[in-house]
Amino acid sequence: MSASGLPKTAAVLGPDGLQALIAALAARGMEVIGPVERDGAIVLDRIAGIADLPAGRTDRQEAGSYRLADRDDGALFGYAVGPQSWKRFLHRPVETLFRVRRIGQELAFEPPRETPPRTAFLGVRACELAAIAIQDRVLLGGAYVNTEYAARRAQTFLVAVNCGDPAATCFCTSHDTGPRAHSGYDVALTELLVDGRHEFLAEPGSDSGAALLAYLPTRPATAADWAAAAAVAARAAANMHRRMPSEGLKETLQAHPEHPRWEDVGQRCLACANCTMVCPTCFCTTIEDHSELDGLGAERVRRWDSCFAGDFSYVHGGAVRTQTRSRYRQWMTHKLAHWWDQYGTSGCVGCGRCIAWCPVGIDIAAEAAAFVESSKREEDAHGIA
Amino acid sequence: MARPRLAVIKFASCDGCQLSLLDCEDELLAVAGAVEIANFPEASRAVHPGPYDVTLVEGSITTEHDAARIRAVRDETAVLITIGACATSGGIQALRNFADVGEMVRAVYARPDFISTLATSTPISAHVKVDYELRGCPIDKGQLLELVSALLAGRRPVLPSHSVCVECKLASRVCVMVAHGTPCLGPVTHAGCGALCPGYHRGCYGCFGPAETTNTATLAAQWQALGASRRDIHRAFRTFNAASEPFCREADAHG
Repeated sequence: MSASGLPKTAAVLGPDGLQALIAALAARGMEVIGPVERDGAIVLDRIAGIADLPAGRTDRQEAGSYRLADRDDGALFGYAVGPQSWKRFLHRPVETLFRVRRIGQELAFEPPRETPPRTAFLGVRACELAAIAIQDRVLLGGAYVNTEYAARRAQTFLVAVNCGDPAATCFCTSHDTGPRAHSGYDVALTELLVDGRHEFLAEPGSDSGAALLAYLPTRPATAADWAAAAAVAARAAANMHRRMPSEGLKETLQAHPEHPRWEDVGQRCLACANCTMVCPTCFCTTIEDHSELDGLGAERVRRWDSCFAGDFSYVHGGAVRTQTRSRYRQWMTHKLAHWWDQYGTSGCVGCGRCIAWCPVGIDIAAEAAAFVESSKREEDAHGIA
Repeated sequence: MARPRLAVIKFASCDGCQLSLLDCEDELLAVAGAVEIANFPEASRAVHPGPYDVTLVEGSITTEHDAARIRAVRDETAVLITIGACATSGGIQALRNFADVGEMVRAVYARPDFISTLATSTPISAHVKVDYELRGCPIDKGQLLELVSALLAGRRPVLPSHSVCVECKLASRVCVMVAHGTPCLGPVTHAGCGALCPGYHRGCYGCFGPAETTNTATLAAQWQALGASRRDIHRAFRTFNAASEPFCREADAHG
């Protein structure tokens, strides 16, 4: 039984079935967002059908490098995560909170924002479901709810795709956030390319997901289909070689605010903020007020901000974190250590974006490993078990 | 309330930045309605004497005469805003700082004895106190309107000092350095242009000058890994903001 109480009545559909799925979502008034190839990367944008998907394409990702390549099996989802995460559709880069006009002595606030359109995300990876769950916790779970995020999230239908071909930068297995989706989706697909057949095992994860599948041209899943899907996940897990250390990581980071490694990474870091922008869980924002020349109109917007920016820690008299090493320390210790204290989870889901999209290839997993290693050496030197 | 009196004063520069004001087109009437344009020779022959509430200063200081003139401009204005790479860092003409000016003058002018110039091109801030600066070669029209609007409303202008990378990511652009291997100065360059060049699949060439925090040495090493030569790196840092300290230092390291 799934979390929603639904039996796991998985179905199998072919490319025409996937096309029908996209059409059915659109027919239900949803804007469908999915992976498309643009500017040398797989990005997320509106799709009208399976012809928009990057068929037969894959990615080669390393620290500081991302390249597209062909694959010979015609897979529609044969790549890992791209530069963008779904964050940009739920927790938008720039959000107008309100507009106001002065009319005589009165201030006229624009009516409350419209209900966001119903949106379907197609191709959400397991690590990204985990990231969305984390943002739900951060932006909806406390006393102060991000109302814009809440409105969009309520209108979102999630079609997950289990990973079969992780990038070299991936490490979801370290966080138990993938490669297979376990919850948080409406429908989860596994792309099956077996014996010349091209099919998708579709598992419902919600009532609306089950209702959607019932509407599509499918056939019942067989034991062979389940075995093929399990093999996809097993292959993906086996091909993931990057590791984020977990044992003692939180304690080590929190115990060593003056560790020489901070200066070491501070020397390599550009403080350009790319890692925080591509991270699917980084949620920090700033508020900007704009006014019009005539003094009659104004607006307040919320924009993604980054702990790598000097302005971010600016308080009366100057910035608190003037050195890059303290900015990197803030980011990494928050993500991997303080996040546990604050939200009961790590802030990292192992998607590897911060590694691939760092222009100089700084690897958070390698940095974490270096801290744990040096801490072990320190303990050994002091004869502590 | 009386409209603030605005002056636009030019030093060594190409006029491109002050033309950004005339380039406002849709907003130009609103600007003219919000401020009294008291001294803007590029726009009107009617030049009214100071003092002014706000002065936009374009260009760098390259002569003794201009060094004296900027002090007079400062004395006559309440708020002084430098606009563009020339005014904020010395501009492309600061390449003279790394060469023998006398030799250049003799090479260029038929009568070098007519030329009276300083050995260096320096930013306005090297001579007088500057209240706000707008970067870029040329400046961004949107930033100019933002600053003028903020001054009129008495609020803090929104002029972030972070890198161009943030603007690329806000605009959903794919990183040209990571995805294409194109050397880009975005990670060390001050925001404000809206990541214009990467939007056209070009590397940022740093016309807004250094960001608030820069690590040019690490970026230069990555450029080398992508195939850039020492000369490429030297020349990349020696353009419109050549005299800004971080760019000057990095160019020297690859000289």
